Amino acid sequence: MFYQESGQFSTRYRQDGRALRLWQQRAALWALLLLAFGLLPFIGNDYWFSAILIPFLVLSLAGLGLNLLTGYAGQLSLGSAAFMAVGAFASYKLQFLLPGLPLLLSFVAGGVVAAAVGVVFGLPSLRIKGFYLLVSTLAAQFFVEWLLTKFAWFSNGNESGVITAPPLLVAGHDFGSPAGRYLLTLSVVLPLFVLAANLVRSSLGRNWMAVRDMDTAAAVIGIPILRTKLLAFAISSFILGVAGSLWAFTYLGTVEPHGFDLSRSFQVLFIIILGGMGSILGNFLGAAFIVLLPIVLSILSGTLLSGVLPAGQLENLQKIIFGVLIILFLIKEPDGLARLWQGWRARARLWPLRF
Amino acid sequence: MSETVAPLLSLSHISLSFKGVKAVTDIGFDVAEGEICALIGPNGAGKSSLLNVINGVYQPQQGEIRFAGRARRAMQPHEAAVAGIARTFQNIALFKGMSVLDNILTGRNLASRSSWLEQAFRVGRAVADEEAQRAVAEEVIAFLRLQAWRHTPVGQLPYGLQKRVELGRALAARPRLLLLDEPMAGMNREEKREMSQFIREVNQVFGTTIVLIEHDIGVVMELSDHVVVLDYGRKIGDGEPEAVRALPEVIAAYLGQQRH
Repeated sequence: MFYQESGQFSTRYRQDGRALRLWQQRAALWALLLLAFGLLPFIGNDYWFSAILIPFLVLSLAGLGLNLLTGYAGQLSLGSAAFMAVGAFASYKLQFLLPGLPLLLSFVAGGVVAAAVGVVFGLPSLRIKGFYLLVSTLAAQFFVEWLLTKFAWFSNGNESGVITAPPLLVAGHDFGSPAGRYLLTLSVVLPLFVLAANLVRSSLGRNWMAVRDMDTAAAVIGIPILRTKLLAFAISSFILGVAGSLWAFTYLGTVEPHGFDLSRSFQVLFIIILGGMGSILGNFLGAAFIVLLPIVLSILSGTLLSGVLPAGQLENLQKIIFGVLIILFLIKEPDGLARLWQGWRARARLWPLRF
Repeated sequence: MSETVAPLLSLSHISLSFKGVKAVTDIGFDVAEGEICALIGPNGAGKSSLLNVINGVYQPQQGEIRFAGRARRAMQPHEAAVAGIARTFQNIALFKGMSVLDNILTGRNLASRSSWLEQAFRVGRAVADEEAQRAVAEEVIAFLRLQAWRHTPVGQLPYGLQKRVELGRALAARPRLLLLDEPMAGMNREEKREMSQFIREVNQVFGTTIVLIEHDIGVVMELSDHVVVLDYGRKIGDGEPEAVRALPEVIAAYLGQQRH
């Protein structure tokens, strides 16, 4: 009833192919954009920006990167954090080696380097599939972490391997404040989401899904399997590389290999599993779930159980509850939050009727 | 049909074996442009293997495949698609996670002229290209009367419709040669009648040459211009439907007379 499509007919193929076909969807998008750009920077506090919004946005982007590879092209990967690390370190090194390189350009360049590394680690996908591919991408994870810790060149000879990110200057403006870092992150993340949404609705996106669903049939209708898979690795790693740069520059404020360990790869994988494989919106939903749930749990347990249990046990209890909630959710909705959202939308169309 | 015209597809001395087990032995036949050719024979006779040889899913150990004037030792799947060979599979091989429209659009992938960068930014050739492919896909959808299920994920469709979508995906490529592996398997009478109608229309309206595998002899006799009979990987009959039906070897293969 509230979510009506009656009267909205597509009369051109271009209209029918839009990502948001209904005016309700487009209005909601504009409202969200207005909120994100026009309202939040003024009303948000530092905690909101630094602990919630920035990690949410960066992890959404990382989720998008992996989702293109795994959710759309069907290639499993546990190397997400490795490609993020390559992006972060490449951006940093390029800024260091080429003083005066614009910040945004260094993010893009970091993404390009990550894409190149992604293609190299994507080569095994031409011969192996599924769990075997997962293990070979795990090699990328360990190799990159080892490489970045082992050779001091990457961290400019810094003993601890931790380097402070350079100031966030874009066109002379300093985006160093929490609100500034939030705006910078938002302005990098959203365009990449638009490009990815375009891509998955076009010929390359369909080729990815075809390879994912049945590669023999894809080859028979003339889809070049090798090129399609390697492009998935390249574009996915590019996005992960940019996400890695943002993670280091706007979220952590430091560039360090330990920000990109295996648990980060798992976190990105959980985001797309919880959010929904093969869904663009799902990356936002999954990242919100991963970022917000621990915070909600810690607030809840802080207020309800603070005197009852010692702090150390409280923290463990939160982890247990977090895990249990994920398991329960996946039993109820194995296709993720995006599917849940689709279901609600379908019901909102008919409400208050059922059929 | 005049005998001087070179056949569209010509197989000669094709032998295929898997680790020593012979699937196809020294088979050769011609398919003329514009005809419907049926491959028949008992289970395990090598019919599907032969289709897989024609479009490059299998590479035969011996023989030559001549398609549209060009002779090859063996086909590669991509090469076959580029040359204009499309096919459907015995066990439906649709992209289950995608809609009917998207499945049919994948059949247009070779016709797509825009690069992925243009597609990401929706600039240059990408927009016009997408609309051109959509227009062809819509023609196919209208032809196969699939309009009502355009945006339905194919996994949710009943079996008969899935078969039709798979035919649509093959047709979207505008092939010169269409290979159909048991297009009517598991269908009821009504669905079979409908599918035969579509196959005949494809052949007559688009002039597409068709090679199909079918077990229902009634359908084969009615539909095809040319029948090739296989048994145990060998060719035992080749000719017009009525003539083939009368061959003693064919009767023996089908009715199971004592072999010599």
